[in-house]
Amino acid sequence: MTNLKPSIWRDVRFWRIALQLVAVLLAAVVVVILWGNLQRNLRQLGISFGFDFLKQQASFDIGETLISYKPTDTYSHALWVGLINSLRVAIAGIFLTTIIGISAGIARLSDNWLVRNITMVYVEIFRNTPLLLQLLFWYFAVFLSFPRTENKISLWGFIGVSQNGLELPWFTLSPEFSALLLGLTFYTGAFIAEIVRGGIQSVAKGQWEAARSLGLKPGLVMRLVIFPQALRVIIPPLTSQYLNLTKNTSLAIAIGYPDIYFVASTTFNQTGKAVEVILLIMLTYLTLSLTISVVMNLFNRTVQIKER
Amino acid sequence: MRNSALILAIAPLVFAIAACGENSGQTANTSGTPGSNPAAPATRNRWDNIKSRGQVICGVSGEVPGFSFVGTDGKYSGIDVDVCRAIAAALFDNPDAVEFRNLNSKERFTALQTGEVDILSRNTTWTLSRDTSVGLEFAPVVFYDGQAIMVRKNSNIKSLADLKDKAICVQTGTTTEQNLADQMRKRGITYKPVVFEDVNVTFATYAQGRCDGITADRSALVSRGTILPKPEDNVILNEVISSEPLAPAVAKGDARWGDAVKWVVYSLVKAEELGITSQNVGQFTASTDPDIKRFLGTEGNLGEGLGLTNDFAARIIKHVGNYAEVYDRNLGPKTKLNLARGQNQLWSKGGLLYSPPFR
Repeated sequence: MTNLKPSIWRDVRFWRIALQLVAVLLAAVVVVILWGNLQRNLRQLGISFGFDFLKQQASFDIGETLISYKPTDTYSHALWVGLINSLRVAIAGIFLTTIIGISAGIARLSDNWLVRNITMVYVEIFRNTPLLLQLLFWYFAVFLSFPRTENKISLWGFIGVSQNGLELPWFTLSPEFSALLLGLTFYTGAFIAEIVRGGIQSVAKGQWEAARSLGLKPGLVMRLVIFPQALRVIIPPLTSQYLNLTKNTSLAIAIGYPDIYFVASTTFNQTGKAVEVILLIMLTYLTLSLTISVVMNLFNRTVQIKER
Repeated sequence: MRNSALILAIAPLVFAIAACGENSGQTANTSGTPGSNPAAPATRNRWDNIKSRGQVICGVSGEVPGFSFVGTDGKYSGIDVDVCRAIAAALFDNPDAVEFRNLNSKERFTALQTGEVDILSRNTTWTLSRDTSVGLEFAPVVFYDGQAIMVRKNSNIKSLADLKDKAICVQTGTTTEQNLADQMRKRGITYKPVVFEDVNVTFATYAQGRCDGITADRSALVSRGTILPKPEDNVILNEVISSEPLAPAVAKGDARWGDAVKWVVYSLVKAEELGITSQNVGQFTASTDPDIKRFLGTEGNLGEGLGLTNDFAARIIKHVGNYAEVYDRNLGPKTKLNLARGQNQLWSKGGLLYSPPFR
């Protein structure tokens, strides 16, 4: 007679759990070893680990702030100012890049030869050069090459363009902010254009034909029939582009915009708390990214096919 | 199902192994650039490591003419560079036994803490908090500096007060950012700092006219001023907004290594005081003056006490020269910088340089 109960080693359910346990254990061991190593090295250098420094006075200035800030405020307040500056670029950037990306993506499929090819040139140039280079280009070759503020160029009577940035009637955008925003917008927009184009092309030909046979005008065909279906394909990679844009705001320091990474750098420099500051930055970007992911996933759910 | 469980299990394993490799790398503190000698374990055996490596790894800026700069021939020169060369001369009787690594102002302390470089000779200001919370051990000051502001001549800016509501270019990762904020706060002047990470971008932005002023150590302004598009159009304001004693630094933890660096710097000063130069050091070895004999190692065993050879000072002077020679070669009247010695004169001539006795 054979024993019908297999040995535990041959039970797939056992392995499923055991392997995961081992993996978790190994990961924990690695974290403990790394932590011990960090502690030992810090102790050797006579440096203590802790976040008390956040309550100390920051003593440095920040060029652009949306909320009130002075050098006598704490490091944690300075970091808030930096975070808000980062968010300001990220939110404005996501908004603008979506418009540019979708427009360029649709224009890529235009029947008009000129429009189609101009957008192709835009997409290929911006997609295929490094972002840092583009930011420096926007900053030095575009904004800092404008005339000094005394002889600013006036556009339509109410926008002033000079080395001091874009002067709108109700507020002024600094050249650092403008260069960063435009750099990120056009760079990410080129990727989004390709995503949108791919999404539109993924919609079955029959849908176009069906929409046209209903007598819809070309604009309405796109708006009512094609684009909503393309969104199902577009949203997931679009989320990645939003995440990229948000994380890429950390290049701000290259062109002098005071984002959170800049504030953290100065904090690190003045306090010497390298590990703590890096941990804080990682946590911040992680939180931002996860928030965007969650929001986009919720949005994604609303555009998916509802199977009834 | 089984497959996915396996993948789930293996993925962290691979990560764990990769992380372990990284970890063992960290304990040995070899965060070196590929193809170069790994630097020493953090602090405990740095001294032995440098000796067995036969080379000092020296962190410099590489961007500041007169202090550390890579010339067109690919060679490093400058006063910071010469300090490292002097250390190599003392240790190995060969001033070229140095590997230079360019560090920006933000990464410099981490590079020293993690042992990527043995010594930081990179126009670094000696401050209390860097001594304590950053864990540095400073050698004597090699250059007494002060922070200043450079503006365009035609801008009508004559003093700090004229900079009200103007943009000032600053480089991050240095003491300048905080000094500027302190001074402006003290005087109640509002201004707009435009802060960059890269020194080249900072000066380029100023040159493009975005900023009305630029602040840095006076020596750095003079030095970088020489490579601006139109050097003669700029002027440095007379107001000095802080004192910046620039000194080499090593990581805390190896007193022997710290002592050696300290006394190498003092040797440069002492040699000038005694009038010994790279030209006449040969004649001085025959001197009967006990002070000079002890200094050059022909009498007593001061050098051995440091873990060096007794003639370490003689080696330094032979290869690198005394402080005056180093200064003149890099910053003196024959150079583009033409910085007056000012505070960086011997104490006996009204300056601040003073060496404790060699005995």
